[in-house]
Amino acid sequence: MSNINELTITEAARALRVHKFSVRELWDATAAIAIAKNKDIFAYLELFDANDVDIASAQKRIDSEGDAAPLLCGIPLAVKDNILIKGKIASAASKMLENYRASYTATVIEKLQDAGALFLGRTNMDEFAMGSSTENSAFGTTRNPYDKERVPGGSSGGSAAAVSANMAIAALGSDTGGSIRQPASFCGLVGLKPTYGAVSRYGLIALGSSLDQIGSLTKTVAGSQILFNTISGRDVRDATTIPKELYPFKKVPNKLRIGVPRALLEKGVDADVLAHFNEKLTALDAAGHHIIDINLPTSAYALAVYYVIMPAEASTNLSRLDGMRYGLAKCGETLLDDYLKTRSQGFGPEVRRRILLGTFVLSSGYIDAYYRKAHAARAVLANEYLAAFKQTDVIAVPTSPSSAFRRGERNDPISMYLEDLFTAPANITGMPALSVPMGMVDRDGTKLPVGMHFTAPYQAENVLFAAGMAIENIHV
Amino acid sequence: MITIDDVKHLASLARLSVPEAELDTFVKEFDGILEYIGQLEKLPIFMDSTPVVPPLHNVFREDGEPTPVGTNTKTITSAFPHKKGKLLSVKKIL
Repeated sequence: MSNINELTITEAARALRVHKFSVRELWDATAAIAIAKNKDIFAYLELFDANDVDIASAQKRIDSEGDAAPLLCGIPLAVKDNILIKGKIASAASKMLENYRASYTATVIEKLQDAGALFLGRTNMDEFAMGSSTENSAFGTTRNPYDKERVPGGSSGGSAAAVSANMAIAALGSDTGGSIRQPASFCGLVGLKPTYGAVSRYGLIALGSSLDQIGSLTKTVAGSQILFNTISGRDVRDATTIPKELYPFKKVPNKLRIGVPRALLEKGVDADVLAHFNEKLTALDAAGHHIIDINLPTSAYALAVYYVIMPAEASTNLSRLDGMRYGLAKCGETLLDDYLKTRSQGFGPEVRRRILLGTFVLSSGYIDAYYRKAHAARAVLANEYLAAFKQTDVIAVPTSPSSAFRRGERNDPISMYLEDLFTAPANITGMPALSVPMGMVDRDGTKLPVGMHFTAPYQAENVLFAAGMAIENIHV
Repeated sequence: MITIDDVKHLASLARLSVPEAELDTFVKEFDGILEYIGQLEKLPIFMDSTPVVPPLHNVFREDGEPTPVGTNTKTITSAFPHKKGKLLSVKKIL
């Protein structure tokens, strides 16, 4: 048997039920590795002390309920630093909230607590989830466990590195434009961005409210499914959450119809990434699935749409951070000075850049040219996807055009923004999407993972999981 | 093309200040981003395109079961940067 911290959710849950080891032993083994590796990887901003009461009650539940106990009972998880746990610091990796202690608990955390899951610590991220490398954290850069000179992706880079380096069994992240799926691709994991509204955002520090979703980073598709089933559902505290089967139920077909928007892959994708992608498609075809060429012409504009809507919403959301009620507070001569000093010192460069960009696209002279145009394009894009799903069950692309890049390599904003090229459409349309490992590429003698990305119609996470498992079952 | 003055104006609208030393780089990067999102101008779509509306109605919950007065007061006031007793303290506004 591999070390117990290296197990998947399913393996650990099974082992706990047959008493191969105790909840305490699983916690201790995982926490010890997390502490030992964190100096090198810097996946966690803070590691929590063991909660003896929770560990004991998880053990008791497994002992008394056996197979009826939730699969996450006693499983140690990592949580992104923008998800609130009452009494714990939630900083969104920003100086602005460095000492902010959550005054309430996020719905997803409550649901996990009800299932008996345990929390190892809060993970590093790009400040306020703005970035694709975790280099925008105010507290240091997380390293990619496959090559410490490279980034783990972002913004949920700490969560991805923690799971990839076996410093947690699984983790929660948040995804606004690809912030779960791109790090999953860079760190060899399965990353899920659920349907908009499938998972409550109550207690998530907002970036772009019409785009944000909480999701999971796991070692397997089965793990992704377990976490999704636990955290999803209607929540009276988040009015955008949707009830089960709001959209017509999609049955998983025996043979999937997989749409591929070839025109989008013609340029900008690394040759070996594309080769892995094509290889998997060929294998899926050989397994009896149907590969169908589709057109999504507006998708080429999706990233431009995203970089209008997201900053507009971010600048609005972040206006609440003014040093008055909580968070950093810097004093100046006047009230206006208080605001200026607090916000200028509290926010890092990327956050300031996006606030200004949002202010620009929403300003009276430009709102029609940018924000309203983007809003209209958003509708066109969603309709294009809906039309494509009439002849397909899922749509496949590579998750990212490249593998993990070197630290400091992407130092102009646009080259970093291009990381979201294939992932942002799912946030714009609100459709669910999944990244699954599809192979390893060689960069300077180091093997680095890359991911395959599937999008499904609204609330068809079940179809996504089937597509993900179809990839897991290919052994080339 | 955006100018240094434009950036300063946007910053004042957003209650931010951009350090003088960073202004040049900032303007350059901002221009690059505007050029990128400017491709939207070439997108041939009608502004009245039908939005995709989720089939979600009456999302408000029923009123009722208010939290007893004072339940969260201590938690919330403990986060105040400046306070007098239970009150949030701010600078003179007028």
